[in-house]
Amino acid sequence: MMKIYTSNYFKIGLYLLIFFYMETALAQEEKSGIEQSVQESQLNMDAVFSRPSLSFEKVPVALGGYLEANTMHRIEEGITDGLSFQARRLTIFLAASISERIKFLTEIEFEDGGKEIAIEFAALDVAFHPMFNFRGGIVMNPIGAFNENHDGPKWEFVERPDVAVNMLAATQSNAGFGVYGKTYSGNWIFGYEAYLTNGFNSKIISNEEDKTYLPAYKDGDNLFEENFSGKAMFSGKLAIKNRKIGELGLSYMGGAYNKFEEDGLSVEDKARVNVFAIDWNTSIQATNTYIVGEAAFVKVETPESYTPQYGNKQHGFFIDVVQAVYKNKIFEWEDATFNLAARFDYVDWNVGKFKETDTNIGDQLLAVTPGISFRPTPKTVFRINYRYQWQKDIINNPAERAATWYMGFSSYF
Amino acid sequence: MKTKIFLFAPLISIPLLYSCEALAPQEPEEYELLDGPVENLNQAESIRFIEGDKAFNDQIFTIETGLGPIFTGTSCVSCHAGDGKGHPFVSFTRFGQDLPGINNFLDQGAPQLQNRAIPGYKPEILPSGAPHAEFLAPIVTGLGFLDAVSDEDLLAMADPDDLDGDGISGRVHWNDRPDYVKDRPGTISKNGKYITRFGKKANVYDLLHQTADAYNQDIGINSYYEPYDTYSGDKVQPEIDRKTINDVVFYLKTLKAPIPRNQDNPEVVAGKALFENTQCTACHKPTLRTSYSPITAISYQEFHPYTDMLLHDMGPELDDGYTEGYALSSEWRTAPLWGIGLSKDSQGGEYYLMHDGRARSIEEAILLHGGEAENAKNKYQNLSQQEKSQLIKFIESL
Ligand code: HEC
Ligand code: HEC
Repeated sequence: MMKIYTSNYFKIGLYLLIFFYMETALAQEEKSGIEQSVQESQLNMDAVFSRPSLSFEKVPVALGGYLEANTMHRIEEGITDGLSFQARRLTIFLAASISERIKFLTEIEFEDGGKEIAIEFAALDVAFHPMFNFRGGIVMNPIGAFNENHDGPKWEFVERPDVAVNMLAATQSNAGFGVYGKTYSGNWIFGYEAYLTNGFNSKIISNEEDKTYLPAYKDGDNLFEENFSGKAMFSGKLAIKNRKIGELGLSYMGGAYNKFEEDGLSVEDKARVNVFAIDWNTSIQATNTYIVGEAAFVKVETPESYTPQYGNKQHGFFIDVVQAVYKNKIFEWEDATFNLAARFDYVDWNVGKFKETDTNIGDQLLAVTPGISFRPTPKTVFRINYRYQWQKDIINNPAERAATWYMGFSSYF
Repeated sequence: MKTKIFLFAPLISIPLLYSCEALAPQEPEEYELLDGPVENLNQAESIRFIEGDKAFNDQIFTIETGLGPIFTGTSCVSCHAGDGKGHPFVSFTRFGQDLPGINNFLDQGAPQLQNRAIPGYKPEILPSGAPHAEFLAPIVTGLGFLDAVSDEDLLAMADPDDLDGDGISGRVHWNDRPDYVKDRPGTISKNGKYITRFGKKANVYDLLHQTADAYNQDIGINSYYEPYDTYSGDKVQPEIDRKTINDVVFYLKTLKAPIPRNQDNPEVVAGKALFENTQCTACHKPTLRTSYSPITAISYQEFHPYTDMLLHDMGPELDDGYTEGYALSSEWRTAPLWGIGLSKDSQGGEYYLMHDGRARSIEEAILLHGGEAENAKNKYQNLSQQEKSQLIKFIESL
């Protein structure tokens, strides 16, 4: 758990200053809440460019970003470390339209007070045809929807979905290139993406989590310069949307993850990781309800004689239900919204049975998070969440229970 | 007017944050948990306990940090979850010795079968025809108390020639020990042999011996104490420092003794009497005393482990044909019964009892007793159904 130190107060103060400055500086109103995008002709894959302040019509270079900060109070089995203040992340976007059909965008994320700085995205996009665009650089792998559409201000919850960040590796970006495109027909929109990038590495089956854990690949060295396995990883997605109903995405990502050859010699059996994901979102106009979710399935080949601690099958899902309960003028905000929201998280990191006992392997997590959010404008969200989670160890011993209160905000600038 | 209400919302949520404890998961009662330190540690001892706790429970070994190349588990906690009994998926096999004295399979990786390997390596396989037995991880709480019982007390409990004629002839294990261990206060030696007391064959002298061996044999982590790599047989650089090993030893020594539950329940009280009448206490000794220990909290204490730490011939059914040190293959050290009622909480909600987890209930465990415990088992079988259930309730309360 992150603790607050004196210097963090300073950082929070600084962030707040930047935040309020940006708020006043950026007067123009843009639609950005994830709900809005349902009605528009946008898919999750468009999220990178559909951010406030990234409007190319007016200026050749645009700067924007978002900031997330919150308080957190966690109690695990009756024991608490008290209240902490977190400035989770500050993300900066910088975009440039180089010529009419060529643009550049980068997203740089500062996490944990600047201790971790990550280039989440840095790519050049060349538009040949609506159905055929080239993208190369550091790209986000299109697996599920959250990975590409992860900006804090779009969500009603302080925590990111477990399936996306603790089973899949959101935000996952890799050096590589690929193509994407989109086409329309009446209310229907169809999109595709296909990339070849660097892949995972062996940390996914050798890490301090003591379980198969895709996010562990990020601890590898030279991620953006070297491909650990020497084989390209493919990731691709098909998305279909009906403006009246919602969006459905099917995605796949896979490739070898281990260094099976060194100096031309075979040192390990080649092992693959395969990931499938399905994502959906829908708005029910009549009731002002918005539902979004994602489910994913992971298969990792591990050597037969390695430890069952590292499973070869995982799955999980999350689903958010957001209900607008009040939409009106509050103070001077013309279009402020109050929402009630609930999230369900489920992850099983090791699907299967122990061969010794024929009983189920544990390593599961279940969490329920009710929340309230207030959006003075679609760009800014204040949120209060209460998360209750049950986590079981590999043997399926009684679950560790933890309850966490969050109060925080997330805002574009 | 309405906007005023919204002004209050953030203000209300602050006290809400503080009143949230009621909604949160409550702390389990101390007696429901096996982990936790003995009472009355001083501050320096508490710091050391925490250090050892981290190494035992949080330090996961990976390929990068030295796991293997051949191994049986990735961390202490992977086999001793919550300091309790282990699950069969991390049981291991030892092999190669059927008679007291020597293991004939040392050149083939004996005694422990490292049945897992990191990618690229092959694990050991059991040589055909090798005598072997399965071992399930035991509870590790209260070990400091067991460690601080004097050799003299163990000898006083032993009755190798059954002079008292009760059919029970527990004996201490006169055995070799590694050079790096230090004498415990008042240690007794005979013809260059020492009394070893830990492990199911009582093959281990003390908790340093056990810990250094576990890092080496179970996880593939070499140390100053056990520098030989299990895969190559080469003497290699330590992969863990001495301090960490000694912190773990300190942690094991200062883990509290399991706290019994429901001791006033009339069924449990009746069961306790039956436990004594059926001769169970001849081996499962309810009360032992520690002698001097440099850790004040453990020095000169009375405690209730339900073991005598002696080797007993348990008859043919539990004789797997494999042994260690100078024990017979039919001999096993009396299993401490403390904490047994909580073992399901670390075994995934099921019972796996006896040295290899073959007994799936307390009753099955009792019925597997033979040899010196034949009489006790028969006495148990002659109890009425109600008495049997009282006896089991008592064992579960430990
Ligand atoms: C692969 C599973 C496994 C791992 C990993 C493991 N143990 Fe064990 N442990 C066992 C088994 C099985 C036994 C019983 C062995 C025996 O009786 O000879 C045991 C016995 C013990 C005992 C003896 C308890 C007694 O009552 O005699 C101690 C102490 C212990 N382990 C500590 C540790 C420590 C410390 C570590 C980490 C360095 C560790 N173990 C790692 C499985 C494991
Ligand atoms: C002769 C000595 C002796 C007597 C008498 C004896 N036991 Fe045991 N007991 C042992 C030994 C040794 C073991 C461990 C055997 C093994 O690990 O395979 C054991 C194991 C057990 C276990 C399983 C413990 C575990 O953690 O797996 C239970 C329960 C038990 N005994 C209950 C009893 C009861 C009840 C009686 C009386 C009816 C009794 N014992 C009498 C020596 C004895």
